[in-house]
Amino acid sequence: MSMIKLTINNQSYEVDASPEMPLLWAIRDLVGLTGTKFGCGIAQCGACTVHVDGNPVRSCSYPVSAAAGKKITTIEGISEKIGEAVQKAWIELQVPQCGYCQSGQIMSATALLKSKPKPTDADIDAAMQGNLCRCGTYQRIRSAIHRAAELI
Amino acid sequence: MHTPITNIDRRNFLRLSGITGVGLVLGLSAKADGTATIENLSAAGESFELTPFVVIEKSGQITIFNPKPEMGQGTFQSIPALIAEELEVALDKVTIKQTGGEKKFGGGQSAGGSASVRTSYTNLRKVGASAREMLVAAAAQQWNVPVTECYASEAKVFHKPSGKSLGYGELAEAAAKIEVPKQPTLKDPKDFKILGKRYPRPDVPLKTNGKAMFGIDVSVPGMVYASIERCPVFGATLVSYDDTAAKKVKGVIAVEKCERIHGVYKSEGVAVIAENYWAALQGRKALQVKWDYQGNDTFNSKTYEQSLRDAAKEEGAVQHKQGDFDKTFAEAPVKLEAFYETPVVSHSPIEPMNCVASWQEGNKLEIWTSTQVPGSIMNSFPKLYDVTPENLKINVMFNGGGFGRRLYPDYVHEAVQLTKKIGKPVKAIWTREDDTKMGPFRPMTFSAMKGALSADGKAIAFQHKVISPTLDMRKDYDKTKADGTMTEGISEQKYEIEHMKNLYVHHYLHVPVAAWRAVTSTTLAFSHECFIDEMAVKAKKDPMAFRLGMLTKPSDTKVLLEKLKEVSNWDKPLPAGWGRGVAQYEFFAGLGGFVVEVSKKGTGIKIEKVYAAIDLGTVVNPDTVEGQVQGAAVMALTAAIKGGITFEKGQTVQSNFHNNPLVRMNEMPKVEVHIIANGGTRIKGVGEPGLPPFAPALCNAIYAATGKRIRRLPFDINKIV
Repeated sequence: MSMIKLTINNQSYEVDASPEMPLLWAIRDLVGLTGTKFGCGIAQCGACTVHVDGNPVRSCSYPVSAAAGKKITTIEGISEKIGEAVQKAWIELQVPQCGYCQSGQIMSATALLKSKPKPTDADIDAAMQGNLCRCGTYQRIRSAIHRAAELI
Repeated sequence: MHTPITNIDRRNFLRLSGITGVGLVLGLSAKADGTATIENLSAAGESFELTPFVVIEKSGQITIFNPKPEMGQGTFQSIPALIAEELEVALDKVTIKQTGGEKKFGGGQSAGGSASVRTSYTNLRKVGASAREMLVAAAAQQWNVPVTECYASEAKVFHKPSGKSLGYGELAEAAAKIEVPKQPTLKDPKDFKILGKRYPRPDVPLKTNGKAMFGIDVSVPGMVYASIERCPVFGATLVSYDDTAAKKVKGVIAVEKCERIHGVYKSEGVAVIAENYWAALQGRKALQVKWDYQGNDTFNSKTYEQSLRDAAKEEGAVQHKQGDFDKTFAEAPVKLEAFYETPVVSHSPIEPMNCVASWQEGNKLEIWTSTQVPGSIMNSFPKLYDVTPENLKINVMFNGGGFGRRLYPDYVHEAVQLTKKIGKPVKAIWTREDDTKMGPFRPMTFSAMKGALSADGKAIAFQHKVISPTLDMRKDYDKTKADGTMTEGISEQKYEIEHMKNLYVHHYLHVPVAAWRAVTSTTLAFSHECFIDEMAVKAKKDPMAFRLGMLTKPSDTKVLLEKLKEVSNWDKPLPAGWGRGVAQYEFFAGLGGFVVEVSKKGTGIKIEKVYAAIDLGTVVNPDTVEGQVQGAAVMALTAAIKGGITFEKGQTVQSNFHNNPLVRMNEMPKVEVHIIANGGTRIKGVGEPGLPPFAPALCNAIYAATGKRIRRLPFDINKIV
């Protein structure tokens, strides 16, 4: 174990974790931010998606030591224009059902809109394929991403 | 009904709910026949079995209690809406709380069977209407004016002539002294502000900012984490374990045995308990466990499936009989037979099973979990764990998906046993591998179909024989009886076929199984409606016309198919290489149907368009319904074209989403949903009926496009031609 310094949502934290502990468990169990979800543990479902230096990563398969000194953003820290537009579109189109995967969906959608402000359906397929939704909200996610693009 | 004066029951209720300064508490007194009367709990002289759903505080704060767990199906809006509509309050002005199985909220504290709205629609509206009438009466009394001059709106009562008003909070205390109306007047649906509208769900904002609390998000002081090693071979027993290495892992606190209880299926596991979940997982990897497989380690899907095919030769128990099937079939000029097979599938909600349980001094137990069944936990746990119902508190969190999996509290049992053993609050979390490998699963059904046509292509005889295990997993099943759940819906279809004999053959399976969204209709609709299609083809008739030809009497099914025919432009020719298919299925939860259009794409099939129709009678939130039907289509598509669950060497082959995949964004077809809500006495369910008819509509479309008849699920949609 060692003390690892993390910057999450512009706040500094020091966590006592083994270096190979996945960032997900450091965020959830040690820091106490529970918006980021555990779904599969092997980067297959995307429920744990956070941004590390602006890029979407699956925090269940990303060692906490690799995140040290980097800028981590979780669903709780989405604040800038694009993230807010995504959340607004999600509410407007009533996207979530059970809602468990939606933190990850929103983090992936926000990252997509940052790199492609006007994504096509093919862009959405490519960027969102890593996020599973068992409730099957994909049709509304697609519409909400297009709607968020309009709102930005 | 009288208005009692003091209130023991209320005090107890307030302690449970943490509400103070209550003015009016209204509840339902449920009766065995399913009806309910409304009781005033604000002033109950003694303790009754009452279910208080509305609390109005003097401050004006209104709390509505929701007995139906929210798992994505929308009950956090649709159930409180029934009360709020009649009470004349906006949903964003009330606090919604989930009930936790408390006796005073009565039976029915569960979500399953698409039953929440259809079983609450009238009762809960009456609760809201009674409260409204009492508040109005209280205001009229205070102003000394006739009740008829007063009306309620936006949590206030107004005096029409003078325009003066009083808030509900100001009226609550006086209202509590008014006699509960025996027959409260329900609003005319044309005046509805919430019901029937596209009303935003209050849980949605919380589900976009990380604030929604699911079971897995709960944290209580002093809490430790558990991960449980269970034998991968079903039906094995624990011999011994060595936890020396596990206990050396930093953060590991204890290693304890616990038992998974899933109906008659019971199995022991070894739990590693640690300061954080990651440490518990590392400790679990270091465990050395010896199992006795009890001879179950040779079990495999291929052999079991063959035994189902062999069992199909048995005559089976009669589930439903009309006319003389045997004679008609034997003498029919045209007959056909087919055998259909479906797979075992997993529920796989994205929130893995988990539970926080805390055993406290004085035999008190508190549980925080995502569950569909707080009521049955409250009923069954006290005896098992030596706690009185009053000392058991269940906090129902948002469910990160249910789909039937969370009807079964095996994961709650484990956490409760562990907290009792170590005396600390325990959060036990299943890994995705645990969830995928351990089940419980939807079992397969195999179907032997027979049909006969007259010389002019009219369906005259039909038989659906189901061969399957049962959900209760009983080895001593009485084979002379047809299991109602495993033959769900096969005799409820409205097709007018004179001679019918439906049968059931039981075949034991020792693997833990469970209800899955839309239960057995999810597999039986496939065989049933694909075979109806085969009969249409044999009769050289259009599949839609063939079905409608068997529906001469008025029925909801007829209305539904006519709707699908219209919205899909059924008679309009499709481009070359395309095909369209139709299917419907009626069962206990309701009635849904699809028209699916597909095209040939290389060696595979592309789903071009999906038209869905769902018949509800009455709709509470059309926006929720659309989402539910779209989602049901996605879940049905996964079950139709993805791998499913298989067994080898006594264990589950699949372990996680890489080898038990779900449909992803790029595979999502566009689903256009049409809601039929023509009124009528029967309200039908929403969550499930969109699922069963999807696979047969898809497979019937594939037949129309390619001539290939699919009789076994799952199939590879990229390799059809």
